[in-house]
Parts: sequence; structure tokens; C-alpha cells
Amino acid sequence: MPSFSMDNMVSILPEMIVLSLALAVLMFDLALPKDEKRYLAYFSVAGLAIAGYQTMNLAGLQLDTFYGMFVLDGYAIFFKVLFYIAAAIAILISIGYVKGQEMDKGEYYALILFATAGMMVMASGADLISIYLGLELMALSVYILAGFMRGSMKSNEAALKYFLLGAFSSGILLYGIAIIYGVTGTTNLAGIAAFIQSGQYSGPALTLAMILLVAGFGFKVAAVPFHMWVPDVYEGAPTSVTAFMSVGPKAAGFAAFLRVFTTALPGIQPDWTVIIASLAIMSMLIGNVVAISQTNIKRMLAYSSIAHAGYAMVGFVSGGMQGVSSVMMYLFIYMFMNLGAFGMVVMLRKDGVAGEELKDFAGLAKKNRTAALLMMVFMFSLAGIPPTAGFMGKFYVFMAAIDAGFTWLAIIGVMMSAVSAYFYLRVIMYMYMKEPEGEFELAAPLSLKLAMAVAVLGVLYIGMAPAGLIDFARISIAGMM
Amino acid sequence: MVPISHILILAGMIFALGVVCVFAHRNILMILIGVEIMLNAAGLAFVAGSMRWGMPEGQIFVLFLMAMAASEVSVGLALVVYLHKRKRSVNIDDFNEMKD
Repeated sequence: MPSFSMDNMVSILPEMIVLSLALAVLMFDLALPKDEKRYLAYFSVAGLAIAGYQTMNLAGLQLDTFYGMFVLDGYAIFFKVLFYIAAAIAILISIGYVKGQEMDKGEYYALILFATAGMMVMASGADLISIYLGLELMALSVYILAGFMRGSMKSNEAALKYFLLGAFSSGILLYGIAIIYGVTGTTNLAGIAAFIQSGQYSGPALTLAMILLVAGFGFKVAAVPFHMWVPDVYEGAPTSVTAFMSVGPKAAGFAAFLRVFTTALPGIQPDWTVIIASLAIMSMLIGNVVAISQTNIKRMLAYSSIAHAGYAMVGFVSGGMQGVSSVMMYLFIYMFMNLGAFGMVVMLRKDGVAGEELKDFAGLAKKNRTAALLMMVFMFSLAGIPPTAGFMGKFYVFMAAIDAGFTWLAIIGVMMSAVSAYFYLRVIMYMYMKEPEGEFELAAPLSLKLAMAVAVLGVLYIGMAPAGLIDFARISIAGMM
Repeated sequence: MVPISHILILAGMIFALGVVCVFAHRNILMILIGVEIMLNAAGLAFVAGSMRWGMPEGQIFVLFLMAMAASEVSVGLALVVYLHKRKRSVNIDDFNEMKD
């Protein structure tokens, strides 16, 4: 067991930076006048850039600290970089939106940063307890963010539903952890794996605990059948929060999910492979099929988010170096394209109110060619059409499935992506082939334009040159596999 | 000494009661209480595990858990108080603006 040393301080440096940043935002909030809160956003983005720089400096280290509760490895660094970019883009998207919705308070940015810190702990946690604490830090912050638009009944309702179901699911997760502790005598991931390997116990309790963990994490990544909160919460929450919520907590959920199942439970892999494969199939099926009948674009993207959790799970089931790296890559790509799509929804205002319905996009191409073009790129990417990044993400995930002998899973995935093309391309059809109705008003401050530029460049660059990202993912997990 | 299986059975029963409480009630406060009962059942299972292995870890985790449950319930109650102020109701069926 490692003893306490300076390594501990080095390994939590990124978390410390983000947490101090969040606290500093809360303090500066007191000093800033009411309509100057946007400086907090710039400050947060700058701080995230510094945290990102510091994290990249730590790349290559393999630190096992806090008595095995917290690790800093390539895997954690990969996800931390993902979280910084997601948080920074979400903050940039928010600046204009929060002002328009009269929710421009300093706490908004602080909560995004607290949630980011929680996600970082989840990615680094090597013990079920530290993962649980990170998950709760993230979840509590996001519950509050979902209800941040206090005047809107929909937003309140979203926060309520998210909170009740989230607390319920974390109770289930915790009970699973308690059973694992009772059976194995440890909550350390490596310790659990060693205990299972030693063959001292092979009863139903371990399988039960595994199922409870799947339910707990399945909720966070929005997989069917733990998805019932997703449409309502995504629709009701402020759009800028939905954008963040659909990529950050989902990626963090997968980060912890993958680490727990590949490092602690490889001993019962046949059991969980079956369960996760069926979750993947159900998520792809229900997500894509129900999305077809949605007329609210946020709700449609909510079901699409469920479907994308299904695609990522296909890579998860495949397992091994190729499977895990394909999931990581998929989540990275998903971050760019989904933040982009939600950013466009934030941008679009129709007749003075937020344009969230599909018909609000009708004729956008005639009024604003750039906006329509951007939305088209993001929709193509979500549907998985080359040369966008979405295609590359799906390609690597399905390749991993075929190489691991899950060809049937890849076939279902491809079929379901063909179904998904229908509702993604319908948005494009509305934008390009319908006549515009009413007044378009694009609320696009410079910060939102910058965020969209980053997102669209990410989508197109990874789509055309995916080698860099896939290498990054593979090198990151070299030490773990 | 109480046998470990008894404690685990008790924890399982309390957990099941918590789950039933969440699903059987339409009152948001009762649902919150159900969730808290579930968390406490997990805490009890942790203590049982700690006793079985003769390690203090499990007890420490329960302390973490209590702090966590307290912060969770503070967010939840703040939400319930605000919703009650707006709608004069704590019935979950009254919050159904969004439908498929």
C-alpha cells in the first residue's frame, strides 16, 4: 500500500485547480455588479484552460495515491481533458442565453465547475467510495442547474424529476457497493478484482451487486431501461444546461462505468457482457424509434442521447483495448457534435421566444445560411454520415464489436443508425426545403460563435483525421489494459 | 454477537421498504423519505460488512454516507419548499407539464 507522499498532492492538482476556480467564482460574484456576470464566465474558461494545461503536463504519469483511492493515469487524463472542453464550450454557450432567461447569476458558473470537479473525481476514482462521492458531487450540482431557470415551471419540474430519480438511482448504486464490500471486504477496485480472481466466493450476491451497479451507472449514462427521466429533464432544463448535461455527466458515467467493470469485475465478465449488450440493444432501439415521433427538438435530442449511449455501450461490450478506446473516442466526438447541436438550439429564437420546436427551424437556410450549414454538419455527424466525426466514432465502435465477435450487435447498431438518419435529416429538410414562417432572430454573441466554431472544427477535423484522437485514446489506456 | 446474516437480511428488508415507499407514495416528501431509508439500509449493510471483516473502513464509509445524504436532502427539501410555494402542492402528479 503506498504511503502518503507529495505524489498525492500532484495527483489531485487538476481537481484542486477546478475547485479553487469554482470557489473564486463564488467570491468574485459578490464583487461584480448584476449585469456584469459574464466576466465570471470568461474567468472560468480561462481557469479551465489553465487546468487543461496543467493536466497535460501530468500526462505520462501513473500515480496511485490516497491509499489506492485515487489514481492519475492516462485514462483519467483523457476524460479530464474531455470534461474541460465540455465545460468550457457549455459556459461559452451559456453567456448570452443566461442573460436572456434572467438567470445570469454567478452560481451558475460555479455549479458547472463543481460538477466538472465531481466528474474528474469519477474518472480518477479507483475505489467505489471515491467514485460514489464524485458522482454525488456532480449529480447534486446538475440537479440545481436543471432547475436554474426559476421562473419556468418546466425547469422546476425537470429539477424535481431529475432529483428524485437521481437520488433513487444513487441509493441503488450505493446498495450495490455495500454488497460488494460485504462480500469482498474491500471497495478498492484492484482489491475486488484480486478477491474474485482468488475464487473464494462465487455466489449470487456478487451478480446481484453487479446488477445494482449497472442500474446505478445506467441511470447516469441514460441507458434504457433507466432512461425515463431523460426526455422530461432534457426538455425542461435550460437549454445551455441540457447541452452540458447531455455530454458531461454521460461521459463521466461511462468513465466510472468502464473503469469499475474492466478493472474490478473482469472475473464475472460473461455475466455483465450479456446485461450490457441487452442494455445497448434496448437503448439503440428505443432511443432511435421514439425519437422519430418527437416534434420538440430538445426532446428529440434527448432520445438521440439515449441512442448514443447505446452505441457507446456496443464498444463497452466488445471490451479489451480496442473496445474501451473506441468508447472513449466516441464520447469525445459525441461531446463536440452534441454541444454543437444544442448550441444551435440556444442560438435560434423565433418571434422573441426560444425556438425549441422542429417547425421553428423551417426555412432557416433562407434566412441565415451559416447557421443552417452548421446545424447540418452537426446533424450529419449525429447521424454518422462521412466526412464528419460521428461517422468515425461509429466506425471504430462497430469495428471493435466485429473484431470481438459481436457482429450481430454491430449489425443492429448499423440498422438503428439508418433509422436515426430519418429524424436527423428531417431537421435538415425543414431548414432547407420549407418556407420560413415568422421572424428569425439569432441570438449569437461572440462567445457562442466561438463555441460553435470550436465544435464544428472538432467535428470536421476528427472526421477527416481521426488518427490523432484514436492514438490519444489508445496511449491513454496502455497502462490500464 | 448478532450473526452477520441477520443484519444483512434486516438491511435488505429496510432497503425493500425504502423502494416500496418511493413507488407507493405520490407525496414528494414521502418519496424523499423512501430514498433516505434506502441510503440508510446501505449504511447498515456497510456496518455489517465492516463487522464481518473486522475492518473500520465500513464504519468510515457510513460517515461519508451520512454527510452525503444530508447534502442531498438539503437540495431536495429546498426544491420541495420552492415548488410548494409556487404550486401549493407536494403531490408528484401535479407536476406534469411535459408529456409525450
